[in-house]
Amino acid sequence: MGSTSPAPVLETHELTRKFGELTAVDRLTLSVRPAEVFGLLGPNGAGKTTTLKMLTTLLPPSSGTATVAGYDIVRQPARVRRSIGYVPQLISADAQVSGYENLWVFARLYRIPADERDRRIREALDFMGLSVVADELVKNYSGGMIRRLEIAQTLMHRPRVLFMDEPTVGLDPLARDAVWEQLGRLTTHFGTSVVLTTHYMEEAERLCERLAILHRGRMVALGTPAELKASLGRPGATLEEVFAHYAGAEIETTGSYRETGRTRRVAVRLE
Amino acid sequence: MSLSASSEAAATPGAPGVLDAIEGAIGQTVAIIGHEARKLSHDPSELLLRAVQPALWLVVFGSVFTSIHAIPTGSYSYLQFLTPGILAQSVLFIAIFYGIASIRERELGIITKFLVSPTPRAVLVGGRALSASMRGLSQAVIVVVLATALGVRLNTDPLAIVGIVVAIVLGSALFSTLSMIIASLVKTQERFLGIGQLLTMPLFFASNAIYPLSLMPSWLRPITLANPLTYLVDALRGLMLPGYSGVFPVGVDLAVLFAVTVVLVLAESRLYPRMAQ
Ligand SMILES: Nc1ncnc2c1ncn2[C@@H]1O[C@H](COP(=O)(O)OP(=O)(O)OP(=O)(O)O)[C@@H](O)[C@H]1O
Ligand SMILES: [Mg+2]
Repeated sequence: MGSTSPAPVLETHELTRKFGELTAVDRLTLSVRPAEVFGLLGPNGAGKTTTLKMLTTLLPPSSGTATVAGYDIVRQPARVRRSIGYVPQLISADAQVSGYENLWVFARLYRIPADERDRRIREALDFMGLSVVADELVKNYSGGMIRRLEIAQTLMHRPRVLFMDEPTVGLDPLARDAVWEQLGRLTTHFGTSVVLTTHYMEEAERLCERLAILHRGRMVALGTPAELKASLGRPGATLEEVFAHYAGAEIETTGSYRETGRTRRVAVRLE
Repeated sequence: MSLSASSEAAATPGAPGVLDAIEGAIGQTVAIIGHEARKLSHDPSELLLRAVQPALWLVVFGSVFTSIHAIPTGSYSYLQFLTPGILAQSVLFIAIFYGIASIRERELGIITKFLVSPTPRAVLVGGRALSASMRGLSQAVIVVVLATALGVRLNTDPLAIVGIVVAIVLGSALFSTLSMIIASLVKTQERFLGIGQLLTMPLFFASNAIYPLSLMPSWLRPITLANPLTYLVDALRGLMLPGYSGVFPVGVDLAVLFAVTVVLVLAESRLYPRMAQ
């Protein structure tokens, strides 16, 4: 590493997770720099969510190590939790209470001092453009507003790393643009690093400085969007082509029944 | 609009001492109870619906059995004897399905968000357990008002009322934690509802809620004594009925409820994180 590059804020070494016979994440080694937006790409079942669950201390790794904000995810989970934010793949805001109340509970759980609490809540709502609807019940929010609220919930304690699992899935183009814009401001404002997963190549290209492509648990490519496109060796290659080259070619020949079943289950859960 | 400058120190408490940890845990417990209170305040309809069942038990079952004198309850009228039993029953019924909320939160990503926060697992579970007592206490108000309207004479001395509140908080915490344990084990709504229904009736009938222990066949008595509901009923009867002496002293009943609750909360603290895996 050159003397100018800062110490990574996240590092994994041979990080592995097995579910019985299945190796969902297979010896993943990578690092993320401060204020970097890092993308995890891969087809359904590639191991993206499993990777995020290990890095956010929800799921213990089967082997390998990782540090987040300098803390070991297995030995110092409490410190890791204080340093991160997580926007899960499924909806995580509480529909039964207002936007403000959704933030209030996390302000207290993260131990924001009482005299600062209200200000931090209002700032985070304002930053995400939700001040006007702060006191409305979340069940009346649109999909894009819910996503922005979920991000606001993670801002109050100033995380060093923000993990986002498919942050713009199901959003219309306008809502998606709003999330993208606010994510950009987050990294420039606070030096927060963002690790996100996505199925949208446009999103990967617009937001991410570097991308890792996962396929059946393995990292099959790593680099900036430009580097990945250049690696195909033909001019004018698109990121879609990169994705198909590294991960797509095998999709039809592998057990797609299992993946389809899984995707459908997710759909049922969301009804 | 911009956010104020990063001050991680403000969000990350300083010296990692025991006092700081306790202070943190209390604040986080308050957060969870406050959050649950807000949910209830936005939609209190469940609390009122839940009051229908105890009302029917008191008005129909209680009045009929009081007038036919079928169950000997000493110097107390049957309705008087029944009132604490029905209160305990409604605490059980409203707490035993509390775990359905964890299952719904698991089907969304809500549990994940709580587990990623720096809140000790025991606080997440204990806070939920204490929140459940808000529902239990609302039932108590309804049952007591109704019983009084039916002419049942109940203790009004302040110490007894404090004792009743403590008993209901413990009973609600106990059965709601049991419910969360079942939810963590079965993970789906269908199986959870099945087991909940399967469990409720035996817990209710194998207890002293509607008849005295002395009327029970001898084979049933050990089961009754292993049933936490028996201790809740016994405590409530000792506290609510003037001059009543129960199977055990009230202090023993409350100690049993407390000990069982602590064990269940610790067990669920181990199981709960699996809901996010
Ligand atoms: N709790 C679990 N138990 C057993 N297998 C699991 C579990 N969680 C994930 N898996 C399996 O691990 C593999 C990776 O799943 P993961 O959810 O990480 O994929 P993903 O890349 O996030 O996919 P998607 O794009 O569909 O969200 C899949 O084959 C999945 O079925
Ligand atoms: Mg996923």
